[in-house]
Amino acid sequence: VIPESAGFAELLNKARERYPAVFDNLSTAALWALFGGLLIAALILYTNLFVVGIIFGSIIALGAIGLTLIYGIMKFAHFAHGDMMMLAAYLAFFALTGRIVGEKTEVDLGWSLDRLPGATTELGPLSFGYGLLLAMVVALIATVALFVALDNLIYRRLRQRGSGIVIFAMVSLGIAIVARSVILILWGPEPRFYVPGIFPAHEFPFGITLKADQIFIFATVAIVAILVYLLLFRTRIGKAMRATSDNPELARVSGIDTDQVIRWTWAIGGALVAVAGVLLAIQAQLKPELGFAILLPLFAAAILGGIGSPQGALIGAMIVGITQEVSLGIEISIAGRDILPQILPLAPGYKFAVAFVILILILLVRPQGLFGAKA
Amino acid sequence: MKADRFITPAAWALVTVAIVTLPATRSQDLGGVISFLTGFAILVAIFAILALGLNVQWGYTGIFNFGVVAFFMVGAYTAGIITKEPATTEYVRYVGGFGDKLDFIPFLDSEQWLPFLFATAGAAIMAGALAFFLSIPTLRLREDYLAIATIGIAELLRRVVIEEKGLVNSDRGLIGIPAPLEDLVNPPEYKFIFFGLVVALVILILIALEAGSRSPWGRVLKAIREDETTAAAAGKDIFNFKMQSFVVGAMIMGAGGAAYAYYSRSVSPDAFTHFFGTFLIWAMLIVGGSGNNKGAILGAYIVWGFYSITGLMRAYFSDWGVEFLELRMSFIRDFVVGALIVIVLLLRPAGLLPEERRVSLFMQREGKQPTPPGEPESGPTGSRADAPPNRTKGSGGLAS
Repeated sequence: VIPESAGFAELLNKARERYPAVFDNLSTAALWALFGGLLIAALILYTNLFVVGIIFGSIIALGAIGLTLIYGIMKFAHFAHGDMMMLAAYLAFFALTGRIVGEKTEVDLGWSLDRLPGATTELGPLSFGYGLLLAMVVALIATVALFVALDNLIYRRLRQRGSGIVIFAMVSLGIAIVARSVILILWGPEPRFYVPGIFPAHEFPFGITLKADQIFIFATVAIVAILVYLLLFRTRIGKAMRATSDNPELARVSGIDTDQVIRWTWAIGGALVAVAGVLLAIQAQLKPELGFAILLPLFAAAILGGIGSPQGALIGAMIVGITQEVSLGIEISIAGRDILPQILPLAPGYKFAVAFVILILILLVRPQGLFGAKA
Repeated sequence: MKADRFITPAAWALVTVAIVTLPATRSQDLGGVISFLTGFAILVAIFAILALGLNVQWGYTGIFNFGVVAFFMVGAYTAGIITKEPATTEYVRYVGGFGDKLDFIPFLDSEQWLPFLFATAGAAIMAGALAFFLSIPTLRLREDYLAIATIGIAELLRRVVIEEKGLVNSDRGLIGIPAPLEDLVNPPEYKFIFFGLVVALVILILIALEAGSRSPWGRVLKAIREDETTAAAAGKDIFNFKMQSFVVGAMIMGAGGAAYAYYSRSVSPDAFTHFFGTFLIWAMLIVGGSGNNKGAILGAYIVWGFYSITGLMRAYFSDWGVEFLELRMSFIRDFVVGALIVIVLLLRPAGLLPEERRVSLFMQREGKQPTPPGEPESGPTGSRADAPPNRTKGSGGLAS
């Protein structure tokens, strides 16, 4: 017996049970209308925030695609994703500058990528030189190796023992704590930057102001997303991955080597985590706490898009990113007159809470997400 | 395994010896050492309350709450605003402040204990209400969705506390929270009184939980944890039982938060980090043994003991001139806590004190009990080599 105060949710559940098809279509249409309307309104009214939201959304997208692949194929919530993003960003920092914190003072190992000739000369309008790109590749290789090693050492044993998905999730949380403390031990709690300094923003039509770095971020994400698409939909291993995600048992009896699929998933997830981490650190900064803070937008994007659906994660991430940016400055005015002055007087601190509201909404109305298969 | 039997006493003995000898060798003052140990014991008891609350949710029912800190924080703040007097200056702003209105019994020094009864109950009720509202959208879904949602609510509440300046005094927090019975003795001796009170609270909760877990209610929760579908087929209202367990666990955490507020005398958002308020409690429960109330208490003792010992070691590192360790100790111990979670789940998933076999009182009366009580479980339910809930892999689809 459900108490009456559970009214709205109960109504939704009753509707879902009684008219599954109608409810499914209606809820999907309502969600699309809500998010579509929101995005179009944001685009018209807050063009600049919309564009900034796309930049932030594209960083989330890389993380969320990896998260949704792991979630879809291994069926567990990988809570170390955000902290691994940060760890990869710090690894790139290490490769670039060779710096760690020693006893009280900075230790500078005698070698690093920024000592290569011209490595720190700015590439065109960007704030960094080719050294950072090399550092990103180093971080990518290291993260892929780390993910595959962790699977071999830890997750594979859990799989062999037939552990529940919750044990996997909890182990990943333990790994997240370890990753964050490694960052704190080696680089300390103070924020860091790849390239210190303030860089000018450029003016674009429609009142858009963007830094060159932000355009670089978007371009990188676009290229990586196309590569992931090609890998998933144009190669044998991609096909095997999608099959395993749909139905692991069926995939196994069809002769797919699921162990290999799992290794590939970790490798791809690791590569995406590394790129996303470095881009996040370019956009914001290197900060140990950021890893856990980014987790909520990542999960909101993955669940909004539908677990196991990479294209869903991409769109979910854009919705989360844009909503997060736009909700802060919202003030609806028509013809110069405020009709709803400060509809949501949100303090900047609530930025990450937006992802949470989206998450709760989607869990209430359509837990399988926008692109998810029917439950 | 033979070595297995010695791990639990060895861990217990190691922590005990270290926590007594480390302060004793540094300080010649016996009173100081006793005071330190009392403070340590109080915090162990407070963490034990939180771990017991988590044990109801995770150990009994398999509810995956990653936002323990949310309920802990709600409890601490509620206790604070109920027991404090109203805010008077414009620099310190918070709602409530009922401390001076709640001592309406004119005898027995009621201002020394009556507001605290209300405050502790209020803390439990507020935390329970939060759990109730959170359970509506999430408890029907896969268990890991609840984990994500609870992380979210913890983050959101921390934001609300900081951003809503008039609610609980923002990031400066509430200072000068009174404590129960504090005017009855001299301040230096008050620690012992408080220790007695918080231990009494632990015992009260422990007795209630032990009775609950032996009752039909407790058995339904474990049935849900082991196999939700079978429990539903047996006619149990899964959602309702899960919600009850979630709310009861949250209420215990809220009471633990109230005890923390009285002890630390101040609450501020800095204290309620995900690490300190959630992951540490999880480490305690996993190390101690989920599903076992005594395990939860032992886990609180060992993990917080480890935490305090590494804190004490800092002074030695500074003596020995190992500055790197001295400066990084707090991060290194976080590292160890994270590693501990992974290692225990890999090598000893049942924890130091594995779950005990529970048989109904009826079975005991009839003499049908297959194994004596207190034995580590084996037999039919003992196939659960893993920590709860023992879902088979790929229980994939969204349960809705």
